[in-house]
Amino acid sequence: MQRVKEFNMGRKLLIHNDHIPNIHTLEVYRANGGYASVEKALKTMQPDQVTDEVKKSGLRGRGGAGFPTGLKWSFLAKPEGVERYLVCNADESEPGTFKDRYLMEKIPHALIEGMITSSYALGAKTSYIYIRGEYFYVARIVEAAIAEAYAAGLLGKNILGTDFSHDCYIQVGGGAYICGEETALLESLEGKRGNPRIKPPFPAVAGLWGCPTVVNNVETIAAVVPIVNMGGEEYAKIGVGKSTGTKLISASGHINKPGVYEIELGITVEDFIYSDEYCGGIRNGKKLKAVVAGGSSVPILPAELILKTAKGEPRLMTYESLADGGFQSGTMLGSGGFIAMDEDTSIVKNLFTFARFYHHESCGQCSPCREGTGWMEKILQKFLNGTANESDVELLWDIQSKIEGKTICPLGEAAAWPVAAAIRHFKHEFIEIAQKKKFVDISHYDRLNLVRA
Amino acid sequence: MKVTIDGIEIDVPKGTTILQAARMIGPEVAPPAMCYYSSLKTSGGYCRTCIVKVTQGSTANPTPMPKPVASCRTEVMDGMVVENTINADVLEARKGVVEFLLINHPLDCPVCDQAGECSLQDLSYEHGAVNTRYEFPRREFERIDIGKYVQLHMNRCIMCFRCVKVAEQLTDNRVHGVMHRGDAAEISTYIENIIENDFSGNVIDVCPVGALTDKTFRFKSRVWFTNPVDATCDCKKCLGKVRLWMKGADVLRVTGRKDIWGEVNEFICNTCRFERKNVSDWKVEGPSQIHRASVISQNHYNNLNELKVQVMKQQRALGFIPFDKRP
Repeated sequence: MQRVKEFNMGRKLLIHNDHIPNIHTLEVYRANGGYASVEKALKTMQPDQVTDEVKKSGLRGRGGAGFPTGLKWSFLAKPEGVERYLVCNADESEPGTFKDRYLMEKIPHALIEGMITSSYALGAKTSYIYIRGEYFYVARIVEAAIAEAYAAGLLGKNILGTDFSHDCYIQVGGGAYICGEETALLESLEGKRGNPRIKPPFPAVAGLWGCPTVVNNVETIAAVVPIVNMGGEEYAKIGVGKSTGTKLISASGHINKPGVYEIELGITVEDFIYSDEYCGGIRNGKKLKAVVAGGSSVPILPAELILKTAKGEPRLMTYESLADGGFQSGTMLGSGGFIAMDEDTSIVKNLFTFARFYHHESCGQCSPCREGTGWMEKILQKFLNGTANESDVELLWDIQSKIEGKTICPLGEAAAWPVAAAIRHFKHEFIEIAQKKKFVDISHYDRLNLVRA
Repeated sequence: MKVTIDGIEIDVPKGTTILQAARMIGPEVAPPAMCYYSSLKTSGGYCRTCIVKVTQGSTANPTPMPKPVASCRTEVMDGMVVENTINADVLEARKGVVEFLLINHPLDCPVCDQAGECSLQDLSYEHGAVNTRYEFPRREFERIDIGKYVQLHMNRCIMCFRCVKVAEQLTDNRVHGVMHRGDAAEISTYIENIIENDFSGNVIDVCPVGALTDKTFRFKSRVWFTNPVDATCDCKKCLGKVRLWMKGADVLRVTGRKDIWGEVNEFICNTCRFERKNVSDWKVEGPSQIHRASVISQNHYNNLNELKVQVMKQQRALGFIPFDKRP
């Protein structure tokens, strides 16, 4: 196997301490080197220096889009006399993604430390952590950690004796996928209905209550801690090309060892699936059929394309390598929700599950998404019922193409991409079902709680 | 700022949206708009019928925008080049949007009061397909009476949010809004609350479809059997500039005056709309100018200017740029 560079397998920066008992408490966290970045940043660095380090590190947004964090921070408008806000997006709702929950549950102080350091860099006096409603117990853990931080003088007025003051609040959402979209999150945070705003203006100019706001994922903010501690250039040495650092991957599906793994960006996908350190291969000795590499909305790829690119090179766990070949033969790293499926999986049924989810979570603001997602689900239901025709495959393709790119927010794309990719790579399955040569096993579906909006 | 729409250049002030610029050029290039309403702030952007392709962002940054943009909410930049009717992708996408708007619409035009003056009818006539590919049951809701004069028929609603903006911006407080989400979202009042205030009737005028109808006019007459005349009165609450829809000597209903984009700029109060139903209440100015293509103007008035617009629209569809507008 060809390696781009020799890796120290298993290097961890974010969850390296997760095995230590009581690491969620401030005492244990500090004893293990916690809050060093706050001390370093507040006492020895200027805010711009912190931003520069993040820029140098090449850190990219871990929420899904992969936008360079340093660049995002530098776009933040800084008018005199206007509050700036940092908002942490902990509304982790993408099916297949559970890395933020793990981080917040195990090491809540890593997030709070990142929040303080990042807020210092951005000059934000107030920050918010928006946690999804289903994570109410995680919110309690983080709340307890915030209380500890206040008691220890790490939050509040004059942190660590410096003149930087900062308040951090938690807001629990109502449990809507759409509130993970940054502008919908801000609307929800303001107490309104969580509908995405029409951009521009972008949150960096007019975000929360019309003030300049940066919205970052939990993992992105937590990654600021090692960047400040070790320096941006050192951090940039980890990884390949423009994909620097480490990334939490939530591995699920038909693998031997599902869970949250911290990987260095740049290991091969094959290593990740089959090595014992990570997923440990496909369970029950089955063959790999397909992989959704970055949460349910990214295109699904068949086994041969996820292990090797269309050019025949081994595919790496990086932003670039996974996207190699565009959507024709590639996918996206996305949020890191790695769902592996074995040879027995029905892609059509899997797609139905995704389509049902996006139908249920569409906010209803713009017409293509509101009407199209439901229509796609109903057609896929026909496939499950065994009443679909071959023309339905064409119809599905046409509907997804009319949703993609025509909506206000990316939920339209998130709903359209899985459908497009499933048809692109597994059209024969749809056709077989339409020709009544095969049927989808839905015997257990009556037990499923089919939630209606 | 110079902006080119479908090969026609126009100079517009800063802050103009693409849709407004296109409307300045004329109806032959203006994209259709179902949710945008020029007199309501923050309206638009939801229905996606007005999407256009920006092939050149500006002179300073000539890269094209990757996705089609909602022309009603995108401000023009200097040197922007926009393609609307000459871009096949845009027309295809618009056809898709019309299809999406229609899949859950009951298509009960034969019994709908809005028929004849319905934006969705016009839109589907111009951009829609002949057949539907949707084979599932359509969404259904109960009809609700919101107040003495207005009935809400959610089945027909296309979720344009215009009535919500009217309540927000025209009246003292909003008691209705959007409930639920996704395709189960509906316009509703909180526990069948009643909308009672002097300007609530305007939700009827802004509704592009027959979802909000005037209970004093329901099933009285098809709109094309009535004669619209413009009239005024001295009203203390509003400007009193209205349109009377007459049948013989009877005033069947009173509405605001819609311009050629189907928008009312001078909103009227409920007293004018619902209570002044005698001709003697009004000073009649004369027959209203109605779009020639509209079924309402059938057998009433011919307007040569409108005819010209229609011809130009046809020519444009065939790719013909008028001599005086060639670059």
